[in-house]
Amino acid sequence: MITEDNTFIDEIKNFIATKMTLPNPESNLIAVLHKVQQLYCYLPKDVIDMIAIEMNIPAAHIWGVATFYHYFNLKKPGKYIIAICLGTACYVKGSNKILEAIKEHLKIDVGQVTEDGIFSIQPARCVGACGQAPVLMIDEKIYGELTPDKAIEIIEKYRNKNNND
Amino acid sequence: MKEHVITICNGTACINKDVRGLQNILEEQLVKLDLQDKVKINVSGCLGMCDKGPVMIVYPGYTIYGGVTEKDITEILQEHIINKRPISRLAIQEDNLFNRFFRIFGDTKFFGRQMRIALRNCGIIDPENIDDYIALRGYEALAKILTDMTAQDVIDEVKKSGLRGRGGGGFPTGTKWQFTADQINDQKYVICNADEGDPGAFMDRSAIEGDPHTILEGMIIGGYAIGANKGIIYIRAEYPLAIKRLEKALADAEAHCLLGKNILGSNFDFDIEIRLGAGAFVCGEETALIRSIEGRRGMPKPRPPYPSVSGLFGFPTLINNVETWANVPVVILDGGSWFSTVGTEKSKGTKVFALAGMVNNTGLIEVPMGTTLREIIYDIGGGLPNGKQLKAIQTGGPSGGCLPAEYLDTPIDYESLAKAGSIMGSGGMIVMNEDVCMVDVARFFIEFTQSESCGKCTPCREGTKRMYEILTRIIEGKGMPGDIEKLERLGSMTQKASLCGLGQSAPNPVLSTIKNFREEYEEHINEKKCRAGVCKALLNYVITEKCIGCGACKRVCPVDAIDGNKKQMHHIDNDKCIRCGMCMNTCKFGAIIKS
Ligand SMILES: Cc1cc2nc3c(=O)[nH]c(=O)nc-3n(C[C@H](O)[C@H](O)[C@H](O)COP(=O)(O)O)c2cc1C
Ligand code: FES
Repeated sequence: MITEDNTFIDEIKNFIATKMTLPNPESNLIAVLHKVQQLYCYLPKDVIDMIAIEMNIPAAHIWGVATFYHYFNLKKPGKYIIAICLGTACYVKGSNKILEAIKEHLKIDVGQVTEDGIFSIQPARCVGACGQAPVLMIDEKIYGELTPDKAIEIIEKYRNKNNND
Repeated sequence: MKEHVITICNGTACINKDVRGLQNILEEQLVKLDLQDKVKINVSGCLGMCDKGPVMIVYPGYTIYGGVTEKDITEILQEHIINKRPISRLAIQEDNLFNRFFRIFGDTKFFGRQMRIALRNCGIIDPENIDDYIALRGYEALAKILTDMTAQDVIDEVKKSGLRGRGGGGFPTGTKWQFTADQINDQKYVICNADEGDPGAFMDRSAIEGDPHTILEGMIIGGYAIGANKGIIYIRAEYPLAIKRLEKALADAEAHCLLGKNILGSNFDFDIEIRLGAGAFVCGEETALIRSIEGRRGMPKPRPPYPSVSGLFGFPTLINNVETWANVPVVILDGGSWFSTVGTEKSKGTKVFALAGMVNNTGLIEVPMGTTLREIIYDIGGGLPNGKQLKAIQTGGPSGGCLPAEYLDTPIDYESLAKAGSIMGSGGMIVMNEDVCMVDVARFFIEFTQSESCGKCTPCREGTKRMYEILTRIIEGKGMPGDIEKLERLGSMTQKASLCGLGQSAPNPVLSTIKNFREEYEEHINEKKCRAGVCKALLNYVITEKCIGCGACKRVCPVDAIDGNKKQMHHIDNDKCIRCGMCMNTCKFGAIIKS
């Protein structure tokens, strides 16, 4: 295996093995991809090849599935993924201004990673916290009632946290 | 016997506001003040007052404390619990209907039932404790059907109730059950659609987080009625807390013999499995959802055959929305005839809405069908903040429409909303004030459906793209005469020719805004004007007489578009201006306005 990180391979193989004994095993492909993303934060190519062999599904088909769903990252994201909600409630309360401010502050576009690998920006479609719109989410923590300044303050808090780690 | 109960909301919004930390402090304080024997702490799902979090309720008396801080806790314990004086300063005031809801649904027997059916337990029980659910007649409906009712009896009861699908389509639930039951096949499936794709809605999330067992009970009853032994809940991966609570509920139900083999000693077996979505709006559509469960790209299939004939892995499949399932135990327990007394002639029961946008009380509400939009927005929602005027109400998300203030007296039911040019949808309701531009909103939704279109059929893939392009050029001030007509033509073509509901409904936001706000489109195209001041390209910054000539704006302008002598009124050159708004933000005298 050429992946930079082999630590999780056995875990994934075991996970697949438990699914292969069930009826319609190939229907668990999306669950397997969730597992991979949970461990690696994205879907590394070599791991996909491994799944293709273990589950006996063509790699092309797996890529077809992986690219169809927005939830899966095909590139390694930053350490902290800043998910900015662009759902309706957030949009009408100005979430695109917040997105612009963050893009300018970090000097990256949506889907890109900062040079130091700490942050990446992802759009989200409603995280179910519309009551606090506009919101953003980092590491499953939701920050609401944002202004551009507040958003940048939050990001800087994560940067400090990272520097102190 | 404990004297007081404090219920702490553990819904998403309150958890975000660190209600868990407060709970720890509360527990510490109880020990410190030696009150452990007097006060019981309960946790509950979303109470529906998301903008006022963190929320706690002190019983008896239903005093609701909102925006509670660490400091308030000590005060609440000292004053309210020890000195028996509720603190009115911290309590949420009486004047809104939210409060009345609480008074009402405390009495679960009579009024409460009439208002809160799907959410009857949300905010009352601890969602992670099956005993709480059982105590409030949970799983009684299941016991009833297993002992007293045949499968056909169950279906007839659901038919009699008049319950219709809450996922958006409004298809009669009993009829759908009958179709699936009539299929002769050893293998059938029951699916709960918890994909909740509308980007601005959180009803299903809150329902699951607040009362997961209701959904399970509904599904087991559905399985019994149609003759299925396997259920699947398809839920968005973006809802980790809801998933966790479902997993806990499944394990508890199994341990109580309510799931698995020989449920409650009968010869009926039923299992439920959770499958995660992966962020694709189209997977809310039933045929796409089924493909996604099969581990494939979530692309819809033409219907017929309907899932009730050939669904998951080709077997007959019954698929219903979360809220639909949540209604089922009540229909069985209290009877279809009772259920059909709530609501209007063609729309029975209640509907849950996620009220958000520019409204004072945002949160989760459940109202009987037939309630008007006005009652929802002004009585329950408390009107619009900052004295702003209502411009539009959006229901149904990307498949719905925007209704102007004239429609405020429209009753909420499937037919009336459709007649007004919107749809009931799954329950998203966004209130918009005069600061929102309707052309921009239309483009927002079309951008969404365009990027979510799976690309399988041409009308949807190309139609949404072209509409997006036309709307973009209108917004950028390059709109041309005839664009509105083009949008109308494209829209009706896409509606008629698309394969699935996504494409068939995608033009709704555009067509409804054209129908109701045509003059705004015309202004954008002909006068290059955006009355809401949202569309940047159409906006001019103007310096007014308030200008004292301090020069601050001139210094910050990145493109040197501002000119003027010191102590004299300045002037903006609109050809140079890039509309960044820095001048307006900098001006201390409010002399710069958008026009
Ligand atoms: C584009 C699209 C998105 C949909 N999204 C959802 C959804 O998020 N949740 C849902 O329950 N139904 C959704 N539906 C409706 C489902 O196809 C289906 O009608 C529904 O789950 C049936 O359940 P019900 O009869 O209980 O409403 C969607 C339909 C379309 C066309
Ligand atoms: S629209 Fe942003 S949380 Fe719902």
